[in-house]
Amino acid sequence: MRKQTLFRSLQVATATSALALAAGMASAEDYTRFGIEEDVPGMCSYESIDAKDYSGRELTIITHAIPVIGEPTKLHAEQFAELTGAEVEVVHVPFGDLFQRIMIPFQTGQDAYDVLFYASLWVGDFNPYLATVPEEYQNASGMQGLTDTTRDVGMWGGEMKQYIMDGDRHYLKFREDIFSDPEMQARFEEETGRELTVPETWEEYNEVARVFTGWDWDGDGEANYGSAEVVKRDDLMFSAFISRAAPYAKHPEVEGGFFFDLETMEPLINNPGWVRGLELFVDAQEAFPPGGTNFGLGDEIFSFGGGETLMSYSWDDALIQAQQEDSPIRNDVNTAMLPGAREVWNRETGEWDTFEEPNRAAYITWGWTSAVSEASQNKDMAFDYLCFFANEANTKHDLQIGRFGVNPYRADHFDAEFWAGELGWDPDMAAQYVETLQSIDGYDNRVFDLRVPGVGQFMTSLAAGVAEAVAGQSTPQEALDGVAEEWTQIVERIGPDRVREAYANVVELEDAR
Amino acid sequence: MYRQKHLFLLPGLLVLVAIIIFPLLFTIRVSFSSWDVFQPGLDWIGGENYGRLLEDARYWGALGRLLVMAVGTVLIQYVLGFALALLVWGDLRARRFFRVLFLVPMMTTPVVMSVIWRTVFHESIGPLNGILQAVGLHGLPWLSEPTLAFISVMMVEIWQWTPFMFLLLLAGLVSLPREPYLAAKIDGAGPIRTFFAVTFPAMAGISIAAILIRLIEASKIMESVYVMTSGGPGTATETSSYYIYIRGLRDFQLGYASSLSVTYLVIMIISLTIIAKVLVRFFVKDRT
Repeated sequence: MRKQTLFRSLQVATATSALALAAGMASAEDYTRFGIEEDVPGMCSYESIDAKDYSGRELTIITHAIPVIGEPTKLHAEQFAELTGAEVEVVHVPFGDLFQRIMIPFQTGQDAYDVLFYASLWVGDFNPYLATVPEEYQNASGMQGLTDTTRDVGMWGGEMKQYIMDGDRHYLKFREDIFSDPEMQARFEEETGRELTVPETWEEYNEVARVFTGWDWDGDGEANYGSAEVVKRDDLMFSAFISRAAPYAKHPEVEGGFFFDLETMEPLINNPGWVRGLELFVDAQEAFPPGGTNFGLGDEIFSFGGGETLMSYSWDDALIQAQQEDSPIRNDVNTAMLPGAREVWNRETGEWDTFEEPNRAAYITWGWTSAVSEASQNKDMAFDYLCFFANEANTKHDLQIGRFGVNPYRADHFDAEFWAGELGWDPDMAAQYVETLQSIDGYDNRVFDLRVPGVGQFMTSLAAGVAEAVAGQSTPQEALDGVAEEWTQIVERIGPDRVREAYANVVELEDAR
Repeated sequence: MYRQKHLFLLPGLLVLVAIIIFPLLFTIRVSFSSWDVFQPGLDWIGGENYGRLLEDARYWGALGRLLVMAVGTVLIQYVLGFALALLVWGDLRARRFFRVLFLVPMMTTPVVMSVIWRTVFHESIGPLNGILQAVGLHGLPWLSEPTLAFISVMMVEIWQWTPFMFLLLLAGLVSLPREPYLAAKIDGAGPIRTFFAVTFPAMAGISIAAILIRLIEASKIMESVYVMTSGGPGTATETSSYYIYIRGLRDFQLGYASSLSVTYLVIMIISLTIIAKVLVRFFVKDRT
């Protein structure tokens, strides 16, 4: 009896050891061959995806051209195919064609693509054709780590329609070495009668930019300039303008709409707050580098990132460019929230309100996002791909490559040690960068993109009006009056109720805090 | 037999219907619908889109700019192309080399060349301003000042398409009979008189064809505008093709963009017919 018991115990022990060994061997699988440092356990990890078998099935993905988002899409698609046996086709499309390449199959009922990568502000048009992210994926560890703001970007009508894989916002970038240089400080004080500080308002921004324009303040023998901005029409210029106008037009105590009055759907785009923003945008031209009024995003990135200009504001790219290992201004740059306004238009009272502390408006603009088509016959595989794309190991890898266009969006990305340790950033600068992102994420007075049906039409109209004012073809008031008139016509064509219903989702996010 | 003969036309007719007639008819049909980003499909809204375009100042402004740009560039291309063709037609050393050299711009991809020209015109790092500054002049805001931006786009168009004009006119020159030149020489005519009395009138047919072909092409100016200025500064370089592209493929107003395209097509057919008649009258009159 004892022998039998002992024998059985030995059998159990052996079996358990064998299982443990097998499990140990499985977890010890080396996935670093995929270029990651270490697999992070979870339902989307390399190990979990490796356990799936999609042999004989095809996954079709549409994404942006290489490198921005297109390159990581391709990289992770190849990895996914190798791990699961699936056949993955990636279709790369230039940005100008991306919207219509996705929209035409949607409208004609074709099942053309399973997975879509696109600009998150298009959700107002795409949402009827997108599958809701299943509960199990929303509970994945990576998804649980999203910040509130980035999670909000994925939501539509209370449902998660977009699978978050990027986090975008506008913030200020400036040359720390120049701002902290006593000689520069003295020169600025001499010219303006005030101390050189990081601009807290857009008036201060324009003033600092003007003083540091047209002379060689970095000693490289070339003239430098004050500000690089995205001003080229139809090249995301509308985002730059909204950044400038928001603190004047987004009153922290006035609810019910920033672009429109939600009740009446009357455009607010030509109210005095917006006009003030445009006047300052027009004035800023004198501090642009030569050709600065034709700068697209790429020009802005290289102008600031290359050390030509003192300040800039947009997404992370220009900062990442400045922080490249071979950059002459590496660790000479710093970040802050966008400048604000001391006078803010109160559309309820019809008066300007004065603020002791500048009013700021955190602008959560754009951001790449992803989704699965409702018409897809491969939703399980499609969500697994997105889950894999955005797993912790892949994201950590992608964040370190500037050209990939993946920017911080999870709470653990806001860790200064990651930026200082992995990328060699100056610790103080990394700490300030993380603080800037956290401040934006946690800020109460927020502005989101106009995520409604026909957003392209609204933004094209806005860009055309702003471009006319910048080119001197009309005054800021005339330009924005024209935009308001066109917006009214667009709302009429789409249907005020339809736009209101969509815009209510945006206003809900803005007024939530 | 008579019926069988017509059957041979069928393949050609089917191709014609598939690639020309059907897309044209479909575009006309779409132009009477409200197909938009929020209204997919072919409904019927009558002439609403056409009524809207009558009030669309941006469309008519773009059309006006296109007119200036197309006529201006084609005339300059004609003059330059003729001059280069005469140069190579004459007794020039290494003329085969120059013939190939002059054709290079036409053989390059318009989008790629526009990107290169955008760099050339770049006001900070572009070589053009560098050259101006090297000879003691100020750099110019090539792409950020409305008039200069318009001229810059025209310069690129002229650079790219003068070779086409050169090619056609050179072919015309080479095919001219020698006898009139011998007679002119016997009569003691100099080179200028020979050109105006013999060459220019003899080239009337090919000149009209070259100008019309280029006008048709120039009326679709798009790549250089898209790459160099995006229609800016303001709307200074926005042409009809670019505006229709914005409305159709950026804004996804397919119904409205179709009405813009159909209107544009009608205007172009009428304009080019008139221009052709004027050119014929001019050259024929010149001949007589």
